[in-house]
Amino acid sequence: MANKILVYIDHFAGQVVPASWEAVGVGTSLAEELGGDVVAVVLGHEVEEFAQNAIQFGAGGVLVGDAPELKDYRPEPFASVLSQLAAEAEVLLFPTTSRTRELAGMVAVDLETGVIPDVVAFEIKDGSVLATRPIYAGKLLTKVVCSEKRPQILTLRGRAFPKPEPDPGRSGEITPIEMELGEITTEVTGYSESKVGVSLTDAAIIVSGGRGVSNNPQLSPPAEITDESEQEIWRAQQGFALVGELAQVLGAAMGASRAAVDAGYIPYEHQVGQTGKVVSPDLYIACGISGAIQHLAGMRTSKTIVAINRDSEAPIFKLARFGIVGDLFDLLPPLTQAFKDRLGS
Amino acid sequence: MNIVVCVKQTPDTAAIVTVEDGVVSWGDAPVVLNPWDEYAVEEALRIKEAHGGEITAISLGPEDAKEALKQALAMGCDQAILISDPVFAGADTLVVSKILAASIDKIEGTDLVIFGRASVDSDTGVTGPQVARRLGWPALSLVAAISSLDPEGKTIAVERMLDEGRQLVSSPLPAVVSVVKEINEPRYPSFMGIRKASRAEIPLWTAAELGLDEISDPAVMWPDIMAPPKIETEVEMIEGETPEEIAARLVDRLMEEKVI
Ligand SMILES: Cc1cc2nc3c(=O)[nH]c(=O)nc-3n(C[C@H](O)[C@H](O)[C@H](O)COP(=O)(O)OP(=O)(O)OC[C@H]3O[C@@H](n4cnc5c(N)ncnc54)[C@H](O)[C@@H]3O)c2cc1C
Ligand SMILES: Nc1ncnc2c1ncn2[C@@H]1O[C@H](COP(=O)(O)O)[C@@H](O)[C@H]1O
Repeated sequence: MANKILVYIDHFAGQVVPASWEAVGVGTSLAEELGGDVVAVVLGHEVEEFAQNAIQFGAGGVLVGDAPELKDYRPEPFASVLSQLAAEAEVLLFPTTSRTRELAGMVAVDLETGVIPDVVAFEIKDGSVLATRPIYAGKLLTKVVCSEKRPQILTLRGRAFPKPEPDPGRSGEITPIEMELGEITTEVTGYSESKVGVSLTDAAIIVSGGRGVSNNPQLSPPAEITDESEQEIWRAQQGFALVGELAQVLGAAMGASRAAVDAGYIPYEHQVGQTGKVVSPDLYIACGISGAIQHLAGMRTSKTIVAINRDSEAPIFKLARFGIVGDLFDLLPPLTQAFKDRLGS
Repeated sequence: MNIVVCVKQTPDTAAIVTVEDGVVSWGDAPVVLNPWDEYAVEEALRIKEAHGGEITAISLGPEDAKEALKQALAMGCDQAILISDPVFAGADTLVVSKILAASIDKIEGTDLVIFGRASVDSDTGVTGPQVARRLGWPALSLVAAISSLDPEGKTIAVERMLDEGRQLVSSPLPAVVSVVKEINEPRYPSFMGIRKASRAEIPLWTAAELGLDEISDPAVMWPDIMAPPKIETEVEMIEGETPEEIAARLVDRLMEEKVI
């Protein structure tokens, strides 16, 4: 039997997580070296359309598990189905998301095999995937290999691998599957979607604000705000409004340092860093962020970093490609305007 | 509510971590309770304050992992167990989850197991769900809030922090939870707590005591650990007479370099 390379297509609320297509691309290059077929797996309810997309991005075939019980994501039944499908596979790939770390781990337990989360690079050695992943918050890298057990289970960090060009002309077989869901004891009772706008982990551009966004003594809060920390938050909101306008012009996501989150300027969903999100955009613009090691842990792999800071000694300048020493309140409005003029929007 | 909290000892996040000949070191930086696990301990304490019960902190690691357990005790956990055996060295998450699940089995009567989101050193974030799978209990990962807990009815409802927003889930107990930092603000150990912890006897469980005579080989190996390639950036400072001039120059440079 040909080696089977399974790729799990992660989706939420009717949208595929784009890193799933990057995983299909990695599957395709693994198949070139190891031989075998790239088979995408789509689980959920009324998800046929994603199967078509998977073929366009390069899957040779797609297995579709459709059941009303899979409408809401829950790890137990999803893991059970994946374990049935992957029992004979050579490799099982996931994009790294909040759902797939647990799925990958649970399937590994079912099949008594290894799991390698958050892979950023790979090569083939002696017929196995030799993966590279960051440890100690990116301060080090380690190579990891699962040389004997099969399948080899990997989750791939978003934006670490190129996204294949979709080809609408491609065709492939879409096969509905029979599933054993097992007993499901949990129940999803609702959702509250966050208002993050562009998702940080998928974003090509991120504009982030730090403690510096509240630092404009010239701004005087309305008289009815008398509490000092509320005055600070009010100032920060003016600062983040400037960050947000720049983000909007660039179609960027908005990020923040932990100091900004802890001070209540902006919700935790925006935090970048060791205890926030790990991001890797093409362009990261840090405004009023000093560049503490825990912040860098979350954004150091950004392709181009721009830092705007009043302090020419701020450590962020050591990692930045472009730096501006100055006040973000003076610089952001003309910068937004300059992009608007140049990008014609 | 009987709660088990799984904690790991890790180097301080501010440490400068280096590697030489595959051996990782963090100089004289202190080792601490994995920062994510502080939230796990804190949540256990809050549940106990509301519903009573016992909290057991467990850690798998070498002898000096006792320090993390002492911190958990100082914060207020009732007891701590160190799980340690030379045969556990080199364990991957597959093996760690087996050992932790066996330990939780041995403790008996557990209603809830709480994990941190990930360890700050290995950063896999899969140990909690793997232990849940081994125990056959629901995995409630990345929990940002416990919205209700009914010890008699044996149910729990949580808010899970997915990338896209919060998912509300209800589940029977026993269950395995992993927590994110939004869930609470961990307390500092009290003076009394620190004194109590320093005197505490921490029992040690070995492979034999857990009935794990044949501990399986790890499925993954890490043959090479290295420093990340130096990011070769030479910062280019953008200057100008006015903010407008600086802004225009930056946009020019970004376009020249095809960043946008
Ligand atoms: C266990 C642990 C985990 C952590 N995890 C994270 C994490 O995930 N993410 C994270 O970000 N941090 C994290 N931290 C915190 C981190 O150590 C720093 O405290 C934090 O990143 C600092 O945020 P900041 O740069 O916004 O604030 P500061 O360090 O206070 O820097 C503010 C900067 O703004 C500049 N500035 C001030 N006013 C202006 C102005 N008007 N215009 C331009 N510049 C201005 C200042 O010069 C300064 O450089 C963690 C810490 C610990 C201990
Ligand atoms: N050696 C260990 N002993 C006890 N708990 C652990 C150990 N390793 C990991 N954990 C728990 O599992 C969580 C996730 O860790 P990890 O999968 O290593 O990222 C941690 O936050 C701890 O709660």
